[in-house]
Amino acid sequence: MHKVYHRIEQIAGNVITVHAEGVMNGELAQVVGTLGVSLAQVIRLEDNKVFLQVFAGSRGIATDGQVRFLGRTMDVPFTDALLGRVFNGSGQPRDNGPELEGNRIPIGGPSVNPAKRIIPRKMVRTGIPMIDVFNSLVESQKLPIFAAAGEPYNELLARIALQAEVDVIILGGMGLKHDDYLQFRDTLEEHGALSRSILFIHTAADPTVECQMVPDISLAVAEQFALQNKRVLVLLTDMTSFSDALKEIAITMEQIPSNRGYPGDLYSQLASRYEKAVDFEGAGSITILAVTTMPGDDVTHPVPDNTGYITEGQFYLRNGRIEPFGSLSRLKQQVNARTREDHRTVMTTMIQLYASYKETLEKQSMGFRMSAWDNKLLKYGERFEKEMMDLSVNIPLEEALDLGWQIMADCFEPEETGIPSKLIDTFWAKKPAVAPETGETAG
Amino acid sequence: MSDNVGSIVGINGNLITVRFDKPVTQGEVGYARVGDVTLKSEVIRIRGANAELQVFEDTTGLKIGDPVDFTGNLLTVELGPGLLAQVYDGLQNPLRELAEQCGFFLQRGTYLKALDRTKKWDYTPKARPGDEVEAGDTLGTVPEGIFEHRVMVPFALTGKHAVVEVAASGSYTVDHVVAKLRNAQGDVIEVSMVQPWPVKVPIQAYAERLRPVDPLVTKVRIVDTFFPVARGGVYCIPGPFGAGKTVLQQVTSRHADVDIVVIAACGERAGEVVETLREFPELIDPRTGKSLMERTLIICNTSSMPVAAREASVYTAVTICEYYRQMGLNVLLLADSTSRWAQALREMSGRLEEIPGEEAFPAYLESVIAAFYERGGLVRLRDGSEGSVTIGGTVSPAGGNFDEPVTQATLKVVGAFHGLNRERSDARRYPAIHPLDSWSKYPGVVDGAQVAEAREILRRGNEVDQMMKVVGEEGTSIEDFVLYLKSEFLDAAYLQQNSFHDVDAASSAERQHYVFAKIQKILTHRMFFPDKDTARRWFLQLTSVTKDWNLVEMESDEFKQLEERIFSLLAEVSEHA
Repeated sequence: MHKVYHRIEQIAGNVITVHAEGVMNGELAQVVGTLGVSLAQVIRLEDNKVFLQVFAGSRGIATDGQVRFLGRTMDVPFTDALLGRVFNGSGQPRDNGPELEGNRIPIGGPSVNPAKRIIPRKMVRTGIPMIDVFNSLVESQKLPIFAAAGEPYNELLARIALQAEVDVIILGGMGLKHDDYLQFRDTLEEHGALSRSILFIHTAADPTVECQMVPDISLAVAEQFALQNKRVLVLLTDMTSFSDALKEIAITMEQIPSNRGYPGDLYSQLASRYEKAVDFEGAGSITILAVTTMPGDDVTHPVPDNTGYITEGQFYLRNGRIEPFGSLSRLKQQVNARTREDHRTVMTTMIQLYASYKETLEKQSMGFRMSAWDNKLLKYGERFEKEMMDLSVNIPLEEALDLGWQIMADCFEPEETGIPSKLIDTFWAKKPAVAPETGETAG
Repeated sequence: MSDNVGSIVGINGNLITVRFDKPVTQGEVGYARVGDVTLKSEVIRIRGANAELQVFEDTTGLKIGDPVDFTGNLLTVELGPGLLAQVYDGLQNPLRELAEQCGFFLQRGTYLKALDRTKKWDYTPKARPGDEVEAGDTLGTVPEGIFEHRVMVPFALTGKHAVVEVAASGSYTVDHVVAKLRNAQGDVIEVSMVQPWPVKVPIQAYAERLRPVDPLVTKVRIVDTFFPVARGGVYCIPGPFGAGKTVLQQVTSRHADVDIVVIAACGERAGEVVETLREFPELIDPRTGKSLMERTLIICNTSSMPVAAREASVYTAVTICEYYRQMGLNVLLLADSTSRWAQALREMSGRLEEIPGEEAFPAYLESVIAAFYERGGLVRLRDGSEGSVTIGGTVSPAGGNFDEPVTQATLKVVGAFHGLNRERSDARRYPAIHPLDSWSKYPGVVDGAQVAEAREILRRGNEVDQMMKVVGEEGTSIEDFVLYLKSEFLDAAYLQQNSFHDVDAASSAERQHYVFAKIQKILTHRMFFPDKDTARRWFLQLTSVTKDWNLVEMESDEFKQLEERIFSLLAEVSEHA
């Protein structure tokens, strides 16, 4: 049996210190406080002084509280029975279901050998034109949604999860409002997706340390499914809460902060999670879709800034729409050449025209005279925003491309779009313009 | 393992404190034993009877009292034939072999030999018994892919040595003794094809360092013409995320006119390395007709791999570059990204509780960066041939703001600055190197005076553009407006380049020379337009034809036809047309 220690030397923030011997770095311990029993993890050793971060927080822990080391590091049971269940950040059920027994797997394991990765080639269809057409999501991609507080990012996440063709959905919720958690769960349940989902939920009211565990535990489970040849989608919301939890622990441990209080290793910490996204050679894949809320809508804030350097692009969610400028899927080139021959052309042309529309809007607001071309752009821009950008639009890629041609045909003459004549012949003619108010016909 | 064993007294992340009894060297390698695996680590500070070591692996599971074996050796890499086409991690573990042995994951504590011990090389001796040699002199050669790999007198030997014995021509493994040397004291030293070298010490077995003057052609127009890089020079590419640093590095690694490219993927995305890894073996190098991989070597310590090894990875890379430079080859090191390396220094400094400098970077950041870039350079070897190491480092400044310590420290020591710009990348103007902010101190492929003239047009065009935002097109004179259109034309038709197009992605020096002269002719031409709309339409037409011109092979008939078309367009707007 493991030895029990009774004397806690120091309690600061969520970190307690005890004198103990033979303790491993990263080892788990049970801490008994007046408010109940909590798990704790060794984060630093100095001679026989052991620093532990207590998952449930240090409130209610007495200086004579019990600390029992468990002789193992953080792990999680892995079985198919995980599916359909909800857990907290330390892997305890929070849905009143039974505790799971199973093959325990370590969390925060080693990184994948780059030589065993393959170039991702499969598109994830979402039914959202702003993603499918303009910034295709690719299996094994890691992509955050950058949004200010108040944007419907969780709704977007839930929608993508439901529409994506994946085998397993893992939701890692960090600092979620309880309502948001319930909404996620209910949405998954309504659409019959709960049975292929696993939820690891940390709500804003739960202890901070658990928040820090959520991505690791979610990704460790995801990795096991992927190794069993499953296509896994991991949703992480919100990574800013995760980073704030890191900040809290770092400050408690008296680490020197680098930028706005965040620890110097924020980049490495975020990267070691995001880099779990992988397409295994000869097995399944992990796709990570995360939410990064931007405090003050500022993309140079350390969390979105570091994230941008790690992830393979980003979606900007602004005013309830995915912004075409700034949003980027670095992997789209891997897939959009093989969807339909007009895909890339529609993608670039529509964005260029939309950029011209934005310039025209600016000119208009400054009171400059509108030319005939400007008026065409204004008409185009409005339709583009309403029929393509709106998040409620839900159509498959092919339909979205056809719609794109339709909008362009309704607003412009073919040569005004700069599209190569070969494509014009195939696609423009197929959908003749219906523009009764001007009486124009294109073709 | 060794007889110098210490014991762990503190663990803080990847920093361990070890109590020792016997002498310990700063920078020496130790192995911490946990269960049946050993974790490689490096001494970075010694205080009293405690040495502090950074561990190149995850430290989970280590205990107070666990033994650490000190090796007495500095952190070294193995140098010898067989390095090319390899993929190593930051500590020179071959990743492909590791995958065969361990499967999908990088299991900690598994260290493999960097060079294949079973492969045989066709050795030809060059030195003869009785020859007097010193460190870096060639003893024999083996063919390595397209190169003649020199087996040299180990760089660690000092003073003159006499060759006692040489192996006959034949097929040997790297460990085979190919020569025996006698030093001044009369000791006989056996030399094999492989030698270790400490990564943090520059290899200096050459006659002298020269000033880099010849341009290194990257085939990127804005680089070679406007902000050239010299063979043996050093340059940096800072830029915010999404501005195209990585694409620029990838294009350079494919087309740069050098013998060997070493890619140090330092703390960046694994996916990008995978693209190189999977695609390069399929791509043919037009210069040699062989696979591009044969001239490439990848040091890959991506962002999720242990951070201390990331710090080591750039040194591993540059040491290998220096080794091939000793063979009279031109080597290009592309380090992506040096900011991640600087962050690794910062993490370690934080754990050591050193007093931080700006943004918590250590106070020695500048000198460390300077010392790293100083390892690039053009040298004359003792046999008269020249070799070079060119270093191109990307910088990822926080928030895209160049006023941060890493960018600033780097700018002080490089010879060229390719500043990537968010506005240009948002406007899809690739490569997004800012034509007004960037600079280079090296000579380029076209005449400097012409370039200065072109830059002046860009600068004034930009001024007109700014002014037009306030006064509108109506308030701009036609002369100014044409100037603005000229600068936009130069930008669209010359500075911008399509990295994904077969022809446009690589523009040879001759082509740049030729095309730039024509562009220059257009820019300095006096043009007459009745109004701004006509001017704009004409320039749009000109730009579109010139862009098509960029997309066709220089030898083709179409190239000539398009050129004629461009100049017939120009004739339309000339005075006497």
